[in-house]
Order: sequence, then C-alpha cells, then structure tokens
Amino acid sequence: MGWIGDTVGSIKSIQIRQLLTQAVSLGLIVTSALIIWKGLMCITGSESPVVVVLSGSMEPGFKRGDILFLHMSKDPIRTGEIVVFNVDGREIPIVHRVIKVHERQDSGEVDVLTKGDNNYGDDRLLYAQGQQWLQRHHIMGRAVGFLPYVGWVTIIMTEKPIIKYILIGALGLLVITSND
Amino acid sequence: MHSFGYRANALVTFAVTILAIMCTMASFSDNFNSPSPTARVQVLSINRFQKQIHGNDEVTMTLNISMDLQSLFTWNTKQVFVFVAAEYETPKNSLNQISLWDGIIPSKENAKFSIHTSNKYRFIDQGSNLRGKEFNLTLHWHVMPKTGKMSADKIVMTGYRLPVDYR
Repeated sequence: MGWIGDTVGSIKSIQIRQLLTQAVSLGLIVTSALIIWKGLMCITGSESPVVVVLSGSMEPGFKRGDILFLHMSKDPIRTGEIVVFNVDGREIPIVHRVIKVHERQDSGEVDVLTKGDNNYGDDRLLYAQGQQWLQRHHIMGRAVGFLPYVGWVTIIMTEKPIIKYILIGALGLLVITSND
Repeated sequence: MHSFGYRANALVTFAVTILAIMCTMASFSDNFNSPSPTARVQVLSINRFQKQIHGNDEVTMTLNISMDLQSLFTWNTKQVFVFVAAEYETPKNSLNQISLWDGIIPSKENAKFSIHTSNKYRFIDQGSNLRGKEFNLTLHWHVMPKTGKMSADKIVMTGYRLPVDYR
C-alpha cells in the first residue's frame, strides 16, 4: 500500500511550474516522434516508410511480425522486386513479389502481376473484381530491408487493445510522478 | 534515484542498443562477400504455342536450369530467392518481363542443383507478337538476410527464338 500512498502524495504535491515542465517534456517526446516519422516519409518518398508483415504469404522470407523498410523511387518496377500495394476496396496493404511486368512503349505505364512466395497461385484472386493487373498508383513502395520480430509489438497492441491502454496508462503515470 | 524502474530502463536500453549494433554489423559484414555464382538455362522444347480466344499468344516450354549459387551464402543469409525471367520487346510494350520459374533456396547445401521443368507461370503476351520473337533469358536472385539490407543481382543468358508458326 505504501507506493500508492506515495504516488497520490506526489500527484498532490505537483506545483504549477512542475506541471508545465512535464507538459513541455511530454510534448517534446510526441513531436520528436512525429518529426522522425515525417522525416522518414520525405527521405523514402513512401507514404508509410515502415510496414509490419501481417500474413505468412511470403514465408520463409518474411514472417508475421517482421518489419519492412520501404522505399519509393522513380526507378521502374521490375520482376522479382517485393512491393507493397493497395487494392481498391481493401484496407490493409499487401507485401508480395512481382512476377510479371509489361511496360508501355508510348506512355511508360506498367502492368504488374504479383504473387506471394508461399502462395500457390498468383494474386489475381486478391485484386478487385475483374482486375487483371496492378498499375503504378496501386504500389506504395518496394521493400529494401527488414528487421525480424519487432513488429510483434504493434500486432499485439492492435489485437489486444487492453495491453495498449495499460501500457499508455503506466507510461503516463510514470511521466506525471517522475520528479527529475 | 536508483529505483527499480530506473534500473530496468537502463538495462533494457543497453540491451536494445547492443542488439541494434550487432544487427548493423551483421548486415555490414555482407559487403565483404564477393560472390561468383554460375548458372545455365536452356530451352529444351516448345510444347504448345497457340493463340488464346482473347487473342493473346501463349507458349509452354520445357526448361533445363542448372546453377551453383553457393558463394552467395554468408552467415547472415536466411534464403536466396531465384527466378528465371523471359524479357522481350513488342511494338506495344517497351519491356515485357515474365517469370518462368522460381524457387527458394534455404541453405548453402541446396544451392547447387539442376532441374528439368516446364514453365511454372504462364507465358502469355499482351497481344499476338510471339511468332518468331526472340527473347532474353535472365537468371535473377534476391538474397534475403537474417537481418538488414536485401540485395539482388542477375546473370543474362543466351536468348531463344520462338518458332515462326503456332503448334
């Protein structure tokens, strides 16, 4: 019971100056995180520079919970590249490998077909009804590097929101009660 | 000052820093490997060569693929993804790339082999341009590391000219 009493006591003893300092430091943490994320967006040219692999369709290369770093450059898309794409009518982007490319002579537009390494057939079944090919605007970026396991943090937090709230609550309490 | 939370924080920060440094070093060490892979891809026969109902040419063929990619493997290599692509140009398209066969090589022991296979993915043109068309065969590989940067390269093979008539 001792530490609860201490906590309540330290909350009571907060003065206005201290409160301001803590608000500013909290704001600094939040804004610097935002700066890093937006900076990454600028450097990589992709609207989401980091994605978490959610399915096992690229195993054994990428497992569920791995993190991928994306890069979107002007370079043309070629077979073998691992791209992240959005299909109309689907919220979650898909990470699969390009197996066919047809690039137009006049306009330079591309038709792309993808397939998951671990899937039996190509992705036409995943595309929108009647869609045969992916175009450039469907593609969000290509994977250039990856880190294993780190993405599990986000997967757990989205699937078990209670853990997220506990974590945020504990962190908030720490920030409020810390006297440094 | 030296509360439980403080110590736990210091410990976790230190552990994560060391792990990140080790991952970076492992990824960096791949630069010291200079691979010298060899491969050979041959079209043995054209099995079917027809125009589909929609007007697109389709061809099926038998391939012989042999390779030795053992030198690509380092201690930071999880797998090597290898595929054979046909590349050609048509009046409509400046580039057509079609993957004919692919495979995942999980370890160095499996990186030297020779197989006899028909094309795994359908070789269909956008249009009807395949009669007498010469295409390039290229062997591509993508090295997937245990952690860090992915790398890719290719070997261009001798091409092949498709027959002038459907069969």
